[in-house]
Amino acid sequence: MAATMKQIDWIAIGTLSDIPRQGARVVRTQQGDIAVFRTADDEVFALRDKCPHKGGPLSQGIVHGKRVACPLHDWKIHLDTGHAVAPDEGCAASYPVRVEGDKLYLSLISNEGCPKL
Amino acid sequence: MVSTIVGVRTMSREKLVVIGNGMAGMRTVEELLKIAPDHYEITVFGAEPHGNYNRIMLSPVLAGEKNINQIMINDDQWYLDNGITLYKGKQVTEINRARRYVKTADGVEANYDRLLIATGSHPFVIPIPGNDLKGVISFRDIADVDQMLVAAKQHQHAVVIGGGLLGLEAANGLKQQGMSVTVVHINDTLMEKQLDKSAAKMLKKSLEERGLHFLLATQTEAIIGKGHVERVRFKDGTEIYADLVVMAVGIRPNFELAKKAGIYCERGIVVSDTLQTYDPRIYAIGECVQHRGTNYGLVAPLFEMAKVCANHLARYGIGRYGGTVTSTKLKVTGIDLFSAGDFTGNDKTEELIFQDASRGVYRKLIVQDNRIKGTVMYGDTIDGAWYFDLMRDNTDIGDIREQILFGQAHLGDSGHGAENRVATLADTAEICGCNGVCKGKIVKAIVEKKLYTLEEVRAHTKASSSCGSCTGLVESLLAMTVGGNYSQAPHVKPMCGCTDHTHDEVRKLIYDLKLKSVAAVQKTMEWKTADGCSKCRPAINFYLVCAWPGEYQDDYQSRFINERAHANIQKDGTYSVIPRMWGGETTPKELKAIAEIAEKYQVPTVHITGGQRIDMLGVKKEDLPAMWGDLSKAGFVSGHAYGKAIRTVKTCVGKTWCRFGTQDSTSMGIELEKMTWGSWMPHKVKLAVSGCPRNCAEATIKDFGVVCIDSGYELHVGGNGGVKVRATDFLCSVKTPAEVKEYCAAFLQLYRENAHYLERTAPWVERVGLTYIKEKVVVDNAGRRVLAQRFLDSQQFAQVDPWKQRADGLDAHEFAPLKAVG
Repeated sequence: MAATMKQIDWIAIGTLSDIPRQGARVVRTQQGDIAVFRTADDEVFALRDKCPHKGGPLSQGIVHGKRVACPLHDWKIHLDTGHAVAPDEGCAASYPVRVEGDKLYLSLISNEGCPKL
Repeated sequence: MVSTIVGVRTMSREKLVVIGNGMAGMRTVEELLKIAPDHYEITVFGAEPHGNYNRIMLSPVLAGEKNINQIMINDDQWYLDNGITLYKGKQVTEINRARRYVKTADGVEANYDRLLIATGSHPFVIPIPGNDLKGVISFRDIADVDQMLVAAKQHQHAVVIGGGLLGLEAANGLKQQGMSVTVVHINDTLMEKQLDKSAAKMLKKSLEERGLHFLLATQTEAIIGKGHVERVRFKDGTEIYADLVVMAVGIRPNFELAKKAGIYCERGIVVSDTLQTYDPRIYAIGECVQHRGTNYGLVAPLFEMAKVCANHLARYGIGRYGGTVTSTKLKVTGIDLFSAGDFTGNDKTEELIFQDASRGVYRKLIVQDNRIKGTVMYGDTIDGAWYFDLMRDNTDIGDIREQILFGQAHLGDSGHGAENRVATLADTAEICGCNGVCKGKIVKAIVEKKLYTLEEVRAHTKASSSCGSCTGLVESLLAMTVGGNYSQAPHVKPMCGCTDHTHDEVRKLIYDLKLKSVAAVQKTMEWKTADGCSKCRPAINFYLVCAWPGEYQDDYQSRFINERAHANIQKDGTYSVIPRMWGGETTPKELKAIAEIAEKYQVPTVHITGGQRIDMLGVKKEDLPAMWGDLSKAGFVSGHAYGKAIRTVKTCVGKTWCRFGTQDSTSMGIELEKMTWGSWMPHKVKLAVSGCPRNCAEATIKDFGVVCIDSGYELHVGGNGGVKVRATDFLCSVKTPAEVKEYCAAFLQLYRENAHYLERTAPWVERVGLTYIKEKVVVDNAGRRVLAQRFLDSQQFAQVDPWKQRADGLDAHEFAPLKAVG
């Protein structure tokens, strides 16, 4: 784990208060949009902004607990793993996020174990 | 990287012991695991040597339509996966309440903090000579079915004593297995507890056509044989041959164990509305209990009990069991029969009867004061669930009395009428048009994944999970596939999985307790999830908007994206923009402005909507505020085409131009739109004003439609186009535009305050009845004015253009990316 950490380039993307509670904002990258979520408990997660179902923008969904409901067809996605809530199947790639005080950092290296869309 | 610390559970878990591994006990455990998976360490004792199986499906097993594996609900692995200790084939013989443990016949002991007794019932054996001979059995468990299947291979003559539900299912099964079957019944009609004489006669006729024999009004005196049954003798002295006798004359609750432990019992273990016995640590549920003086022998009440019991065990003290109105279906393939409630009636009731002997169709409704008290149906039972709902809801059927016997399909529902007979549909027939799910796929999922509820079918197949118009069809499929007793969803439908409270309860408590935030509602009503879900949050938010205008701070994070972004999200993530055009009227100047704005923002598609507005599609989210700013400068406001809100008022040109026009319908429409725009609603609301009865503005398929006539205005309510077309009901006629506005405001406010979130006016009008709406809006003059005034008061706060606000900088974070990288 520690070895991986060193290789990560952390990009400053803003502050916690830039994202509404139970909401999300988008980070535009060359590999596509990344949705950065903030839960009611101020936990922060990042997922590729594409629902594994039909590519809906997850950043636009309703955040509840540690899940987001896709705005297109109401699939629920786990924010921590990117996996669809059963019985739906599929996965949105997740990205490492670091919170330091109020500041947010994002890595563009998507987590393995999740098929790319 | 986000690191999450997983808390280590130091608290030791309480012990729950369940006596009885049947449907009642395990359903409770399943419900409990759903809401409080870690609360208890669970131990289950079952007298039968199997896992948990679906007892009501024994009839199809006997008939050879299913096998045992298909009716298992939970196998051994399930108990392992959930950390449940299961003792199979162990009979509990002692409950020690002082020291709180139970003990089996062979000495296994288990301590409990809470105990659940679900010992079910046993079949009643008639006290006659020979009832203990070999070949005399009852019809209760897998062992009985095994014995019958063996007998059917070796023997010829079967006698079933009892012409009730269970007896007839047993007789049918044995006949299917090739035996010659005689049903002996003490009464002179079959199933007299569920059927009236006419229906019973039709049933007997079709069972005779299948080769069953009947001896009615016949009492059994003795069963004769040397070791094994040979003959059955009756009171009148006659005898018939028998190799197998099945006694199916009723069940008796199993409560000896509880009684021995000193728990108060009458005709069952007496329980409270929380399913607790007189010893509050001990719960009892299912066929072994007596609740408010009633014993139940069907599965629907048991499921309702299980939910309440699990809730209480999980310390959510909110659920109460208030008893169940039951209905009956016979699980004999090819025979459709349904009965519920009081089907005999008395001198205060009336009967509505439809009978078509050659088609084999019979329907009877018992009605008192325009409320259904009971029903018996034979031959075509597709509307059974509908009648049952009307009965349980105590709905006033005065408005639909003329058509009610012909069924729900004849109530102006031209969407699915002809498709309602799901049983006859091919497997490839599409049930859910939104998600493209066909009948075969739904049935397969129900069977293979062992689905029992509408919610489960929705989760697994997506059928009826979008627009919901095929919900009835999916429920019919569920009923058809898993058997009659499952057909009824719990009567009191909770808002969503986060709570057991209904929409009506939530609304009432918001007013009563003056709750003024989504979080306060969830906290006060003990939500099971931390902050709700995408289903309940928007509903609660609307209820608060409606209850506390001007005071409640709208919770934008609880709104669906369209209402947060004030535009309609499209499949590619872009948005559509529809400015308001009052009454559908526009000017060259406005059109020029729209054309210029569409070019400036490179709008790929411009479309005229069904509601007489102009739709600009394919706009990037970042461009929205600027585009709105330009529209605002040109005099436009939001058209709310994205919201559960007032959408459009469609009009024709009226008497200003049209040679048939009777009134100025355009001006009337503009006035209505100026009055109503900006208002949030339970669902989208569309209005229309037609200038004459030719009705070019299609006012009779709108939520509120005005048809101008020479003497004034006809008001129509509760219509919509869409999947399930419904023409409006006529509300009343009025003379002046001022009256049109007052009635419209009152109707809309009643809808806002009374309907459930996401319920359009059409189903709402059908649910509450037109009579109710007329009373509030037409008859009660003072009440109407109060409603209308409440609407206008709340409009002061609602009529702020959200587009201009955002063009001026509100919620900027919604429209801009957090950051662009690279």
